[in-house]
Amino acid sequence: MTACHECDLLLRELTLPITAGAVSCPRCGAVLYRVSHDALERTLALTCAALVLLLVGNLFPIVGLNIQGHHVETTVLGAARQLWRDDMPLVALVLLATTVLMPLIELCALAWLLLPLRSGRRPPGFVIIFRALQLAHPWAMVEVFILGVLVSLVKLSHLADVLPGPAIWCFGALMLVLTVLSSLLDHRALWQAWEAAQE
Amino acid sequence: MSAMSAREQGFALCEVCGRLGKVAESERCLRCGARLHYRRPSSLERSWALLIAAYALYLPANLLPVMETQSLFGVQSDTIMSGVAFLWHSGSWVLALIVFSASIVVPLLKLLSLTVLLISVQRRRPGPRLPRARLYRLLELIGRWSMLDVYVVAILVALVQAQSLATMAPGPGVLAFAAVVVLSMLATMAFDPRLIWDRVQNEEIRRESN
Repeated sequence: MTACHECDLLLRELTLPITAGAVSCPRCGAVLYRVSHDALERTLALTCAALVLLLVGNLFPIVGLNIQGHHVETTVLGAARQLWRDDMPLVALVLLATTVLMPLIELCALAWLLLPLRSGRRPPGFVIIFRALQLAHPWAMVEVFILGVLVSLVKLSHLADVLPGPAIWCFGALMLVLTVLSSLLDHRALWQAWEAAQE
Repeated sequence: MSAMSAREQGFALCEVCGRLGKVAESERCLRCGARLHYRRPSSLERSWALLIAAYALYLPANLLPVMETQSLFGVQSDTIMSGVAFLWHSGSWVLALIVFSASIVVPLLKLLSLTVLLISVQRRRPGPRLPRARLYRLLELIGRWSMLDVYVVAILVALVQAQSLATMAPGPGVLAFAAVVVLSMLATMAFDPRLIWDRVQNEEIRRESN
């Protein structure tokens, strides 16, 4: 037996189709869980790729400007530092949390959970780490950030020569990887793997 | 056959691990140890409080300048709306439309829809539930896109600094705007979508017993 998390409809799991794909609630249409082959393996691979992209994306500048021969460029951390200096510490924290911190927590938590599960062992602190993953997920906004970078590029192109930095490609790729990742990741599969694994 | 809710049968879905547990047997989830709740505790109260706070900040977010540009020609203040107008006049209509929807339409629509949902649940308004459930799902999906303008300000401010002809500094509006986005996201999370469906079952049961 299970229940829909959005409308509380009581369901018998046997009556739900077991073919690959998303299983939805017959009453409200919420996705209950996804059935896919090798989901955990693929999730782990994508997690590692996303971690590398996130790290590289934060080391290199996102955009550069040429104003009368003067070259300026900024990284995400640089933008946060500038906001902090301009007496906007809260906005700086929001920027840092949504583009760096929350994606980092999400990805590290996933790697922490998936690596031991792959070899059939239970990761230490499974419940707490899973909770962190659950809480961080809605606050990771890489895709919105990318759009913000594009809008500021257009706004600045009237003032000066704008040069997209290497990090913008990293963030673009990260956006795609994270989208695939969240469509693959199934919480039920994680808990099932945990139940099957040894103490 | 009427649809049974888990609560009517004494079951609650664990919010952490998704295991269905009988509350009479154990108040905590037998798999992960989290406390079981039939519905999110004081969901309506918390959702209302966060929503009202978001409403209160909505006006300053749109009226106060989000950015101040200092150049040889003087000081220019930009609000969210004047930023959209700038994009429109400079010919980037697509971007102007995107920013307009993300920064002006979505936040307002989100606040209003959540108000409608809260009132319809509280007043136990009859009517089809599926559109309300879909509306809630849409709210969860689109709320984050309003953060767009905060990012634009952050990047512009970091790039256009003292060494060039102009200086851009963040205005107080950006703080209010970021707060509106965060508060309305928290309000949506506090709302329990299962409340939308609760009344349906009572109605069906009454109809059956008549």
